[in-house]
Amino acid sequence: MRRLLALLPVGLFVLLLVGFMAGLRRDPAILPSMLIGKPLPAFALPPLKAGETGLASADLAGQPVLLNVFASWCGPCKEEHPTLLRLKADGVPIVGLDWKEEAADGARWLDENGDPYLRAGNDRTGRAGIDLGVSGVPETFVLDRRGRVRYRQVGAITPDVWVQTIAPLMARLRAES
Amino acid sequence: MAAEVGQFALILAFVLAVVQGVIPLWGAYRGEPVLMALGRAAAVLQAAFVILAFGCLAASYVACDFSVALVAEHSNSRQPLAYRIAATWGSHEGSMLLWVLILGVYGAAAARFGGTLRETLQARVLGVQGLVGAAFLGFLLFTSNPFLRLNPAPVEGTELNPLLQDPGLVSHPPLLYLGYVGFSVAFAFAVAALIEGRVDAAWARWVRPWVLAAWIPLTAGITLGSLWAYYELGWGGWWFWDPVENASLMPWLLGTALLHSALVLERRGALVSWTILLSILTFSLSLVGTFLVRSGILTSVHSFAVDPQRGVYILAIIGVTTGAALGLYAWRAPALRTGALFAPLSREGGITLNNLFLVALAATVFLGTFSPVFIEILGKDKISVGPPYYARTFAPLAIPLLALVVFGPMLNWKRDAMGAVLRRVRVPAAIAAAILLVGLVTVGWRNTLAAAGLGLAAWLAAGALAIPGRRWWAGRASLRRSIRTTPTAVFGLALAHAGLGLLTLGVVGVTAWHSDKVLNMRPGDSVAFAGRTLTLQSIDLAEGPNYQARQARFDVTGRGGPYSLTAEKRAYASSQTTEAAIHVSPLGNLYVSAGDEAGGGIVVRLWDHPLIVWIWIGGFTMALGGLVSLCDRRLRLGVAARAPAPVLKPAPAE
Repeated sequence: MRRLLALLPVGLFVLLLVGFMAGLRRDPAILPSMLIGKPLPAFALPPLKAGETGLASADLAGQPVLLNVFASWCGPCKEEHPTLLRLKADGVPIVGLDWKEEAADGARWLDENGDPYLRAGNDRTGRAGIDLGVSGVPETFVLDRRGRVRYRQVGAITPDVWVQTIAPLMARLRAES
Repeated sequence: MAAEVGQFALILAFVLAVVQGVIPLWGAYRGEPVLMALGRAAAVLQAAFVILAFGCLAASYVACDFSVALVAEHSNSRQPLAYRIAATWGSHEGSMLLWVLILGVYGAAAARFGGTLRETLQARVLGVQGLVGAAFLGFLLFTSNPFLRLNPAPVEGTELNPLLQDPGLVSHPPLLYLGYVGFSVAFAFAVAALIEGRVDAAWARWVRPWVLAAWIPLTAGITLGSLWAYYELGWGGWWFWDPVENASLMPWLLGTALLHSALVLERRGALVSWTILLSILTFSLSLVGTFLVRSGILTSVHSFAVDPQRGVYILAIIGVTTGAALGLYAWRAPALRTGALFAPLSREGGITLNNLFLVALAATVFLGTFSPVFIEILGKDKISVGPPYYARTFAPLAIPLLALVVFGPMLNWKRDAMGAVLRRVRVPAAIAAAILLVGLVTVGWRNTLAAAGLGLAAWLAAGALAIPGRRWWAGRASLRRSIRTTPTAVFGLALAHAGLGLLTLGVVGVTAWHSDKVLNMRPGDSVAFAGRTLTLQSIDLAEGPNYQARQARFDVTGRGGPYSLTAEKRAYASSQTTEAAIHVSPLGNLYVSAGDEAGGGIVVRLWDHPLIVWIWIGGFTMALGGLVSLCDRRLRLGVAARAPAPVLKPAPAE
């Protein structure tokens, strides 16, 4: 019994070592979403400006769409913004989720910088963002016509990211029946 | 020139480490005093050459020798001298060199001051240290050579990561490494004891001060790291459960367990093989702590030099050192004598319970840190483990441990009676109950948990003070004499446990009552926040020695005010840092971080952190307690060493 007990640490350690060896081959910097292939968690958010429609997860089915999480206090969002405006001009449907701030701040920011969104909702408490697994802003989810998450972009959408990753995916999603 | 000298010194140190790792072990096996003496000489020389190599690297930094690749990558001529020196250990290679430097110095200390040890034991300890040293010097030379030259040499270097250009960096890694590497001595003692197949009182008396000597800087280093992350990263938190933080916490938890179990072994000769196992595991987790973040297995804000090639080498080192030690343990430990018996309710029993809790806490952190790796290997899921996991697992284990801490020093060795123990803690219990009541009345019944936390903190602090207090109360007839005759170690114990109380106070305060706010402010804007009113006075540009700063000046009125604060955003050549403005007071900090410009103003994050300073005061108090205790130990060691000297065979002269 004592002998078996004394063998336990080394046995566990060997198992651990095997795990680490296998772990060496993965890249911890890749951040896929838990939601890939699943429908969006349900949310219904109020609009940024009184009188407009807000954003509800139920409205997002029908066509492939980008769900962009942004905030006026976020630096990289500003960097991403011109790309979004250009996409809007090209007819790409984008909806916005204004994360963790007062609706008025988000509205003022959109007034000053241009509004690339078909519609936008204000997630003042950050609750919807938590359900989506948002780790920071900006973040963008690509949704198919059935409202399922197909891709998650962490960080700004740069022209490169758009051309190489998201545009081909959107084309494929539009072709899906 | 300096770089070449350093390179040769490092190669010589490697050769000497190999000699130190082989000859004394062989000498101890054959019983040859000359071979064992050679081990001592090799240990001292190895340390000297590593110091020389480190000095050469530091000299290259000071002289701005950009033909050395490492210097060119981490320093430039505009960087202030202090940070050029600190940059010596601000890179992967440099910090590895610091690691082997400390290992070498500990080895030399064990060779120089270990004269009263049984000669074969000392030789085996040095041999194991030499093998560990050879592994890491080899790692340094073959995968991370700090002395590589650049040809042609650049005119100017890049820069040390601006986050690291801070007084915190100057002392944080050396302290942590003193801790991590310090546990190598306990590890070497454990392996040597397993090779010898015997653990005696002399062994126990020697190991505890070494464990303490490692535990003190580790405690201080972790505290300092938490403080540095708080003011430098601008995230407004004091602990993030980041893999690297966890990596330092795990050896600390096990090291704390070891500190206590070694006490039982020393005083009562019990928990023999458990203490050996803890010594091995503590150092193994230190290795994991220093190295796994460099292997690319985990990501973290700290991870530098991610390189799978190095990862394989590191895993091989961890695998061989820990694997061999644990294998030896499986083979030899069952043959070790079992210790003296004790009743469940006794000082030994209390320390065993403390060990169980600490090991469970370490296991919790271990699972949290590494489960993403294993889950991804087993399935395809990518998970991240964050504070909610630790809130549900770490806290429920830590709280009962904190509640039990007060009982430990009140217990008698061997056996005790429940009634007597409870009588001994009645004063701290009454104080804690009073604080709990006051807390409930002032913060309201809804904050029951916070009030309970305050009660717990008071229980710990009062319980710690009760240790010398009870002594002095018993000897109150001649109080001065009883204070004078109190062993220094008692003060150390009281300080360390009181520090735990202060730490608890800080954690409870900031967890229960913190609040934060993010908003966009333009000059002239005011905001009401946590009983204060902040007005953004101005946004100015300023020049630093090697950066440009955008300073946001705030005037604060209300609680603790009026005062003004300046939060900076610094643009260095390579990146930006946020220098938060913090108004510190014992009751709570106001933390202001000024971020990017947006919408004609700047993004301002505000935090109110009640009682948070007590976290760091508590951490440093614990380290101070260890230091006080170590002072006593050293005296006692001297006495213990002198007394049995005639019995022991004196070490032969070299």
